Amino acid sequence: MIDMVKQKIEALFKEKKIAGFLGLREQNGQVAPHLFMEGQALEGLCLGDRKIAGDARYPLNKILVTLARQYPEKTLGILARGCDERGLYGLFRLNQLDPDRVIPVGIACPGDLALACECKKPFPDALAAGEKIQAGESVKAGLETLAAMDTLDLDKRFSFWKNQFSKCVKCYGCRDICPMCFCKDCSLECEDLVSKGDLPVDIPVFHLTRAMHMADRCVDCGLCDEACPADIPLRLLYKKTAQIMDIEFGFTSGINKDERSPLSMMGPAPKKVAK
Amino acid sequence: MDYQNVLTTCTYCGCGCNFFLEVLDGKLVGTLPCKTSPVNEGKLCIKGWNVHQFVQSEKRLTHPMIRKNGVLEKVSWDEAFEYTASRLSEIKAAKGGDAIGFLTSAKVTNEENYLLQKFARAGVGTNNIDHCARL
Repeated sequence: MIDMVKQKIEALFKEKKIAGFLGLREQNGQVAPHLFMEGQALEGLCLGDRKIAGDARYPLNKILVTLARQYPEKTLGILARGCDERGLYGLFRLNQLDPDRVIPVGIACPGDLALACECKKPFPDALAAGEKIQAGESVKAGLETLAAMDTLDLDKRFSFWKNQFSKCVKCYGCRDICPMCFCKDCSLECEDLVSKGDLPVDIPVFHLTRAMHMADRCVDCGLCDEACPADIPLRLLYKKTAQIMDIEFGFTSGINKDERSPLSMMGPAPKKVAK
Repeated sequence: MDYQNVLTTCTYCGCGCNFFLEVLDGKLVGTLPCKTSPVNEGKLCIKGWNVHQFVQSEKRLTHPMIRKNGVLEKVSWDEAFEYTASRLSEIKAAKGGDAIGFLTSAKVTNEENYLLQKFARAGVGTNNIDHCARL
């Protein structure tokens, strides 16, 4: 698989389509994001699979936004799994990246990873390597997780989340790792909402504020879950807000390249989409 | 366009979390927790997440300074050592060793910490020694 990815990147450089390629590199025994430049060998390029598939993923899109802000005229290639590409579509929609300046080089995720991630689309449209696994099983797993939570009555559900939120050490890691978090002024640093510099965290305002802001953004990549030192099931929370967006508006963040968010439209509510 | 990730260890406490400092055109722009580090497995506390901010802080001390007539002035290392040694001796002579305290670090070597406590106990004659990892 890696050889096909390398060929694709080398071709992009040869055709002068990209000024650099943002991917992952193994160095000093660790996996790190790396910007490969033209003329440099793709030495150490890897796909973020260490002990198991996808266990060394990084928010490459977030780095791409940083680079694009500094170098808006440059076109860059980027390594993209299904979730990364959903993130790119979201960032195009939110005007954080220019679709004409980004060339994704896509890899499909294996079935076990897709299932573990409960992935909605474990392959990118811009597929360069790997075999497409249909999302049926993994989507079903996601719905079952949500349905299991919904069997709890409201009091129990609220106390479940209050207990989870009470573990928070307020590291802001969920925000800092999130490829879809790019605001220069963050509500989580607004002192009218969130007290500064003390614990416990404001429950449930802190996490629910973030969940609200994720409603039409979250692409369910799961990096927040992996970054949380307190093991709060953040992804489950955002999965629920995403489900509400789907049920109410038929909207799923990052699934379509030219999508528009119902939360940023003026006019009558979009019609519910029959499922 | 020069973007690099530099693997390093957090300077704050003794846990030794690994992260990458993101360097864009020679300036630090961010911190990313190292996913493959067995110490922190891609997680950080709020201090670690913001390490890149203090490195380039304008408030950071880059020279030894001594307060003279109420104003901090840049001085040479020789002058700073001379001043520190003579003042420690004076204070010890006037008030005893327990008038002096030492603060050491979780992020220096075991041997350096050993040396400082030895200096405090055997040299200055006090047990007033603590370290930054008492968070």
